[in-house]
Amino acid sequence: MAEPLVATHVPKRNAGRALKKLQSNRAAVAGMAVILVLVVAAIFAPFLAPYNPYTVTLETRLQPPGAAHLLGTDELGRDILSRLLYGARVSLWVGIVTVALAGLIGVAGGLVAGYLGGYWEAVIMRLVDVFLAFPVIVLAIAIVAVRGPGLTNVLIALALVYWTTYARVARSVVLILREEEYTWAARTLGASASRIMVRHLLPNAIAPLVVLASLGMGNAIVAEAALSFLGLGIQPPEASWGSMLNVGMGFLRDASFLSITPGLAIFVTVLGFNLLGDGLRDALDPRLRT
Amino acid sequence: MARYVAQRLLHTLVVLLGVALLTFALIHLTPGDPVLVMLGQDATPAELERLRHLLGLDQPLYVQFAQYLGRLASGQMGDSIFQHQPVTRLIGDRLPATVELTVAAMVIAIVIGLTTGVISALFPYSLFDVAAMFVALSGVAMPVFWLGMLGILLFALQLGWLPSFGRGEPLFDALGSWVRYGDPQDFVDALRHLALPALTLGAFSTALISRLVRSALLEVLGQDYVRTARAKGLHTALIVGRHALPNALIPVVTVIGLQVGTLLGGAILAETIFAWPGVGRLLLQSINQRDYPLVQGIVLVTALLVSLINLVVDLLYGAINPRVRYG
Repeated sequence: MAEPLVATHVPKRNAGRALKKLQSNRAAVAGMAVILVLVVAAIFAPFLAPYNPYTVTLETRLQPPGAAHLLGTDELGRDILSRLLYGARVSLWVGIVTVALAGLIGVAGGLVAGYLGGYWEAVIMRLVDVFLAFPVIVLAIAIVAVRGPGLTNVLIALALVYWTTYARVARSVVLILREEEYTWAARTLGASASRIMVRHLLPNAIAPLVVLASLGMGNAIVAEAALSFLGLGIQPPEASWGSMLNVGMGFLRDASFLSITPGLAIFVTVLGFNLLGDGLRDALDPRLRT
Repeated sequence: MARYVAQRLLHTLVVLLGVALLTFALIHLTPGDPVLVMLGQDATPAELERLRHLLGLDQPLYVQFAQYLGRLASGQMGDSIFQHQPVTRLIGDRLPATVELTVAAMVIAIVIGLTTGVISALFPYSLFDVAAMFVALSGVAMPVFWLGMLGILLFALQLGWLPSFGRGEPLFDALGSWVRYGDPQDFVDALRHLALPALTLGAFSTALISRLVRSALLEVLGQDYVRTARAKGLHTALIVGRHALPNALIPVVTVIGLQVGTLLGGAILAETIFAWPGVGRLLLQSINQRDYPLVQGIVLVTALLVSLINLVVDLLYGAINPRVRYG
């Protein structure tokens, strides 16, 4: 399988230039704006939400969008806008924790495989290949199925399915960096392998990992939504965009507005992270720099 | 080339062994006693003991794994706890529907993705290119399950053009009866049922392939040998068809292969939305019933399929890429 095409080495002096390039990329700026809105919505959900997202009022169930409820109400009379805002918290949290956990496992594995080589590399990379043989959603479903639904198990499952990408990229970058002069110098001065990996290789491998993290946020958010849509993720009454779509599926004929906004929220959020990820790749990839 | 093939075969064998180990480990990820989880709190100690023995869970782990491998080697995956039938038979009954859906989605993705990608690369920054790339960008970000719901809403509920759920006759059977009896009705019905699920499932891959073909072809079109071909006065169609496209497609083949896994995973979601009677629906049903041998079997079969397809793609890659062929 082909290794992902990634930037390999971005010296610190180029960071400013990369940032400037990112700012001049309109698509990336649009992506950042979307993410900013998501973050604000998630943090200030209790203040922004017009209603309590868990209050059941059966008299106002399945009301279409209107003045009282801007996006309508669900099958239990709960305000959809409020649930959407609280759902942003779940999505953002899942994205951050998944990327952090998967990144931690994957980068550690990739650093060790790339720098130490030999048996370490053989074992870690075969493990990566084994995990890659499973379709992402199938493995995540299987793990959640045996561990039980809920946020914690979703996070464990997603970290276990996504760590491979970070491992592959970290390894491919380290394979190049370990031959750099500064790595040789550190080795000659007697620095330990762990010090070289953490202090010298990791900071220089950070650029492609940042790109991956941005794209990974979007993937994790969709995967959580998929699990919740199937009834295996976030459980009621907690609001999650995926579980809101699960409810909407049952009312597609009579109350299609239940399905439009949560889906749109997922779509726009993922698009935002993808645009930022693409922008970061363009800004950090030295081969595209003029 | 022979060395490359041997390396890939050995690699696949190692991966398959790892896949078996991971699938075997799944049942042991259950918090608490898996047998109790499967049968519920009301089960008698005798029932628990019987199932524990049936699944081999009363043996040491290494014995369990050896027995598991032995069973797999002889093509057995145990019995479903609730359907009392061999797991292989249950999966075998449902697999053709999933394969039909996945292959249809793949065909859609390749045909539309390749066509739009090539046109976009030939006319970069044209109206078509901008529109196609905007759609592709959206397609990559669109969750399968939401796209499916929108499809049902528009094409089934609003316009009434296509059925919203279920499967007609198996496509090849319907094609056969059309050829044999001259009546295309079953085939048309099968196609109408297949259309929405396949288009939904294929959307992501279509978008990805389209973007990839565009960028790969644009890169190749800027190469010296293409300029030479132009200088010789060759027709554009010949330059693209004979020189540029085969080279641009080398990286695309790998991505198409990797998409099979994504499609098989996505099929689970598409099957749920469209009530398509495939392996994905069986997986969810088995999860709801906590039928772990069946869950284990389905996960294993999907991973086996992905591994074998990856092997085929790698071998194909070796065959079409001269750098591998003569390396």
